[in-house]
Amino acid sequence: MKGVITVLGCDKVGIIASITGILAGTNVNILDISQTIMQNIFSMTMIVDLSKIKVEFSDLSEQLKKVGEELGVEVRLQREEIFTSMHRI
Amino acid sequence: MFKGNEILETIHMIAQENLDIRTVTMGISLRDCASDSAETARRKIYDKICRYAENLVKTGEEIERDFGIPIINKRISVTPVALVAESSEADNYSIFARTLDDAAKNVGVNFIGGFSALVHKGYTKGDHILIRSIPEALSTTERVCASVNLATTKSGINMDAVREMGYTIKDCSERTKDDGAVACSKLVVFANAPEDNPFMAGAFHGIGEPECVINVGVSGPGVVASAIKSLKGADFGTIAETIKKTAFKITRVGQLVAQEASSRLKVPFGIVDLSLAPTPAVGDSVAHILEAMGLEKCGTHGTTAALALLNDAVKKGGIMASSYVGGLSGAFIPVSEDAGMIDAVVCGALSIEKLEAMTCVCSVGLDMIAVPGDTPASTLSAIIADEAAIGVANNKTTAVRIIPVPGMREGDVVEYGGLFGRAPIMKVNPFSSEAFIQRGGRIPAPLQSLRN
Repeated sequence: MKGVITVLGCDKVGIIASITGILAGTNVNILDISQTIMQNIFSMTMIVDLSKIKVEFSDLSEQLKKVGEELGVEVRLQREEIFTSMHRI
Repeated sequence: MFKGNEILETIHMIAQENLDIRTVTMGISLRDCASDSAETARRKIYDKICRYAENLVKTGEEIERDFGIPIINKRISVTPVALVAESSEADNYSIFARTLDDAAKNVGVNFIGGFSALVHKGYTKGDHILIRSIPEALSTTERVCASVNLATTKSGINMDAVREMGYTIKDCSERTKDDGAVACSKLVVFANAPEDNPFMAGAFHGIGEPECVINVGVSGPGVVASAIKSLKGADFGTIAETIKKTAFKITRVGQLVAQEASSRLKVPFGIVDLSLAPTPAVGDSVAHILEAMGLEKCGTHGTTAALALLNDAVKKGGIMASSYVGGLSGAFIPVSEDAGMIDAVVCGALSIEKLEAMTCVCSVGLDMIAVPGDTPASTLSAIIADEAAIGVANNKTTAVRIIPVPGMREGDVVEYGGLFGRAPIMKVNPFSSEAFIQRGGRIPAPLQSLRN
């Protein structure tokens, strides 16, 4: 199972470090990562492999949301099917 | 692998443009719950609903969390209660409505539809009792929705039922006069009612449906409106293409949620309903889509053409995105639930007559329309008859959900809050339809050829 993590908000030091720290701790592998900064809005999308995850999907989701709140950015974890179904026939 | 901008487009649709799944509705057959004892029937109904829908809300919330797409409502539709209750000795079916209400509360759904009767060609004993029970049922329960189908293209319009529903709506209004006649907002009068509609208040589980089924209704007027807004000066071919592409994406999300809900609940997937359902939230309005096409206000000349284009393009885009499409599948134009429609009525751009014309080209009819409290029952019946005639003649679903609000006059506003929104009281034609409605009988089915 793959997931998509998106981060939106003001750019600051340590966003990627905080997110990847959680992923390392829960045994989630990063398959692809890209980021852009447009008008000081930081946007990052990350595709991750959840097949060897050590916690429940909902736990990881909560952890990411919490770290997002601490950093003042919006962090979302979604299963990839919503993107494949919407953008691929 | 998808691109970053595709991911961000989806996120933007959900976070900024109110893309959501409007409802995951579980249809449950109650045909095996009939009994000559009302008490036994009610116990079987309660137990069956609680058993089948035990995990509906929990599963809906899990899907919401996994895919990051809001699912606004989890609901239940059941076999029309008149069919189930008429085997019993009961002479008032309000007790059945209370059973449905209790079951809905127990499983945590916000509405349960199916306190219904199908009387398009005539009444059975149970149909009579059910319709007479509607005012008490809707004023003594919180979550039960009622509907009556009184016309079809194949059988014509049951004008006895049309007359009776005028009185029924007045009675519902009177019994809930302290709450803005809220009982009327839970009652839909149909022509050509679909059997698999997931949307309230008109949902029921039709007699050709399986034991249990999952139907899903999508939403997303905000997504369509913002797509059109980006097309300043483009011709209608371009607008139609853009709506189709947007509707495709919206519907694919509905299909995904329907399949997930179906497999997690181990219940067959029925249909995805392609309706564009608005809410009172800013940026979630069908009227604003029409205005984005270049109309100063929804309701002005050109509105019917704009709506026809919208409705057709949504279906063309959606149909390929889902393996099974059904329900109402058309743009909804409820007045009180759409911020743009409310504004259009308040500024005088939109009248009942124009809404009636708009219902010729989209589902679902005159929906959530508040009228003065002193509107005669015969005028309500005549409004229903007009709407049923449009449905019957055009071989489509039409419906009336009209709310005469006691003590209120044209220009007043009734506040419901939540998804029901707020309704400005609309002007009705002051001339009488009384003698027309008192005739009764049945308007024959229309000719299906020589169509002009």
